Amino acid sequence: MDALAALSHGFLVALTFENLALAFLGCFLGTIIGALPGLGPSNGVAILIPLAFTLGLPATPALILLTSVYYGAMYGGRISSILLNIPGDEPAVMTTLDGYPMAQQGRAGEALALSGYASFVGSFFATWGLVFLAPQLVRVALLFGPAEYFALFTLAFATLGGISSRNQAKAALAAALGLGIAMIGVDGQTGVPRFSFGQVHLYDGINFLVAIVGLFALSEVFVFLENRGTEHDTADKRPPIGRLTPPLSTMKASVGTVTRGTVVGFISGVLPGAGASLGSFMSYALEKRLKDTDKTFGKGDPRGVVAPESGNNAAAGGALVPMLALGVPGSGTTAVLLAMLLALNITPSPLLLQSNPDVVWGLIAALFIGNFMLLALNIPMVGLFVRVLLVPTKYLMPAVAMISFVGIYGISGSTFDMIVMVGFGLLGWVLRKLDVPLVPVIMGVLLGNQMEANLRRAMTISNGDWSTLVGTWLSIGLWTLAIAGFILPILFARYFKPAPPAETYGADPD
Amino acid sequence: MSDRIFGGLGMLLAAFYIWQATLIQESFVSDPIGPKTFPIIIGAVLGISSLVILLRPDGDPVWPAAPRFLEISMAAAVMIAYAMMLPSIGFVIPTAVVSAYLAWRLGASIPASVIAGIAISIGIYVIFHLILGLSLARGILGF
Repeated sequence: MDALAALSHGFLVALTFENLALAFLGCFLGTIIGALPGLGPSNGVAILIPLAFTLGLPATPALILLTSVYYGAMYGGRISSILLNIPGDEPAVMTTLDGYPMAQQGRAGEALALSGYASFVGSFFATWGLVFLAPQLVRVALLFGPAEYFALFTLAFATLGGISSRNQAKAALAAALGLGIAMIGVDGQTGVPRFSFGQVHLYDGINFLVAIVGLFALSEVFVFLENRGTEHDTADKRPPIGRLTPPLSTMKASVGTVTRGTVVGFISGVLPGAGASLGSFMSYALEKRLKDTDKTFGKGDPRGVVAPESGNNAAAGGALVPMLALGVPGSGTTAVLLAMLLALNITPSPLLLQSNPDVVWGLIAALFIGNFMLLALNIPMVGLFVRVLLVPTKYLMPAVAMISFVGIYGISGSTFDMIVMVGFGLLGWVLRKLDVPLVPVIMGVLLGNQMEANLRRAMTISNGDWSTLVGTWLSIGLWTLAIAGFILPILFARYFKPAPPAETYGADPD
Repeated sequence: MSDRIFGGLGMLLAAFYIWQATLIQESFVSDPIGPKTFPIIIGAVLGISSLVILLRPDGDPVWPAAPRFLEISMAAAVMIAYAMMLPSIGFVIPTAVVSAYLAWRLGASIPASVIAGIAISIGIYVIFHLILGLSLARGILGF
């Protein structure tokens, strides 16, 4: 039981006063960020990374703070999904299907409490899964050479597009755009500048934090500017809450639902490139097929809230497995978490568990602690967080924009970076209008240089022989999965993708 | 139609990208595939996916009317002006002005947005600079 010993060491790291305080602060802030309409886990964490970075926190505390914000935002996201029908991110879309009808029937409090409990169970067991699976995956990952890594990156891009986007060509374009942006700057291996057009500012490349904050946070401000005063303007709608405790009978009746949601969610989370959207969609779909005998799903069935929430949170935990062990994020939010690790100078890799055990196990312990804190915060105090929804976006969005600028100014103090961020904000707005997913862009910016480095390393080893890319069974398998993951959704689009929900507009793209 | 224009622009961008990639200076010590190959592959993927979008477009999104385009461009222009002014004028005054502008454009009344702008600016200054010690732009006035 190596994992348990390591985990107890992790608790020693996490259970200091400073780290506990940061975890609490993160959970609290995260829940508020998640509950605010228009902000979700990915743009919430995106705004905070530059801040945590410039505050000069050491790696472990910074990681604890930001993952608590991430988990908190996942919890908080359900508040705006259920009460306002505005999902904070894509996985939360499934929660609106039954959560909002429940709220309209005056059972909002029950839906909130049930989803809080389902989120807790989902992420609690997923964190246990992470404890036992991550070390195993590391053993597998040691079989990975540069050629296999290159194939794995391709797999992540292919499946990400396949599952989360409605148009494969647009997902591929988004990935190419991100990778293309990553190429800007001085080439790491030969030292020649690329795509910098003689601009000294571009020699260092485009900072990925600038891209993330612009694409995720600033584009949101533009979306709200565009929609002011139209039917998409969701400023002032709020149903009554009702009782805040779920009837015990409902909780008992949903044990099976939670269990299935957790298992399905965790498995979808572990698949590289799949992530939380697939987790919540699959568990809702499964539950609907198994249990929807009276056609109550979609009309306010509590199980329709419990299934996607447990699936979504279990997938969030599961998605950390490939992210930590292989450095391949599975969703928008894990991509943002990867950005956070890179900003802290930690490169996720199979060796991370050996080289930085404090970081990994401290993080896992922090996840457990954060989970209990969130349960304690959310069940009794949900009434407080609900009030957050009253903050009108006309005051919230200017603050979001200004905090984005503060964060980017803090990193570099460079006017050029801030202007580039505004450019990314506009780009994000246009891409969202055209239904081009933003997550592959971010992943391309994040992973581009590593992907190229692995390709060139493989080529150097083989002396320029391209057949080395399919030289082992492992890489052949990865390429097969990548091709299947890209093509199958085109053939079986109906079964793989959630139907476009009625009101995802303004939702944070995950 | 939007998708056809978008696909066309994507193909132009891909062509420009590949052309720029071929212009990258090679240094005399290089690995077998050099600094050009991967960018050219990316350009090819960009071009092919743009072509597919051009040939098989989705339905048109709902574009805002012209005044809203102006609205968004104005907001972006104000933000760029903000970024350029920060180093010389400092943090507090430009931030108050820009957040008041954004609140006004998002539908707040003029007095309310002035108050919101001042509150946001001073709030950020107090929390991030005075309490958390983050360095903010410091202009000629020192704040």
